Amino acid sequence: MKRYQNLLMMIAVVLLVALPLWMVQKPAPGPDGKDVEIFLGADDQAKNVIGNIAPGYRPWFKPLMEPPSGEIGSLLFALQASLGAGFLGYWYGSAATTARIRREQGKQAQC
Amino acid sequence: MHIMEGFLPIEHAIGWTAASAPFVAYGLYTINKRIKEKPEQRMLLGVAAAFTFVLSALKMPSVTGSCSHPTGTGLGAILFGPAAMAPIGMVVLLFQAILLAHGGLTTLGANIFSMAIVGPFAAAAIYRLAKAAKIPFGISIFLAASCADLLTYVTTSAQLALAFPDPAGGFIASFAKFAAVFAVTQIPLAISEGLLTVIVMNALLRFNPLELKDMNVVTTQEAQA
Repeated sequence: MKRYQNLLMMIAVVLLVALPLWMVQKPAPGPDGKDVEIFLGADDQAKNVIGNIAPGYRPWFKPLMEPPSGEIGSLLFALQASLGAGFLGYWYGSAATTARIRREQGKQAQC
Repeated sequence: MHIMEGFLPIEHAIGWTAASAPFVAYGLYTINKRIKEKPEQRMLLGVAAAFTFVLSALKMPSVTGSCSHPTGTGLGAILFGPAAMAPIGMVVLLFQAILLAHGGLTTLGANIFSMAIVGPFAAAAIYRLAKAAKIPFGISIFLAASCADLLTYVTTSAQLALAFPDPAGGFIASFAKFAAVFAVTQIPLAISEGLLTVIVMNALLRFNPLELKDMNVVTTQEAQA
């Protein structure tokens, strides 16, 4: 039952990520004929809201270093995710193996 | 939820940094103390940190047509207490601020406050409340992790509204605008984070029941189930 539950939850997560991609339609190009971009970062949208509320505000500090391109940016994000995922995989593998060895030793001790 | 570099007025930047610093310091102290007393929990601390690393790197699409990312701080807050997540969140935010120009050094304090302080404290409190109300383990975890995720973004909205109140409607009108960008986008992501946290917790409960009992996360009964 537990394993079944986990599988259902994983499917739900995949659907939650995939459905918006399919549901959200790209709006028609604006009056200036430019394509409207969708699925931009919410952080960037917040920047636009700041621009609307306080048009005079100028950021007073610049990032020390910016990824030279979007490709390098996604490289670094992938690096961050793979470091985390790598450790989670290591933990899961070693925990599952320890549990199995313990079970087998328990069985041997009984007979 | 990352407020971008330079996008908080200097007084706000200093204020949030001052507010976050004691939490980070206390968090480091509790982590050090815990690892000294119970070195066997090191692995679980790694799991908590790794989970935050993964989730905060994943920018997911949402129904509003924009992208945002979960925080992954609920898991560690439930395991190690909310203070422990402040330094862990800081490491993630520093990585993104320095290397990715995502977030920033001047806004680090504010971003730590929302992601690594408000979120974890909410998660720990909601989990304790749900447990006291005898709500089943999985549902308690789900509620704690997803509310923590959402509250992180509500906090960011409030921080921006404080810094940029609407000229006509003041803080409230401004908060509504920022929350429309952040909090609404975050709802499906918060649900995803809740579900993923339950999946990892189920695995922890299966492989590390004794540690979870020791950390006061589950009762003896739940650990044996």
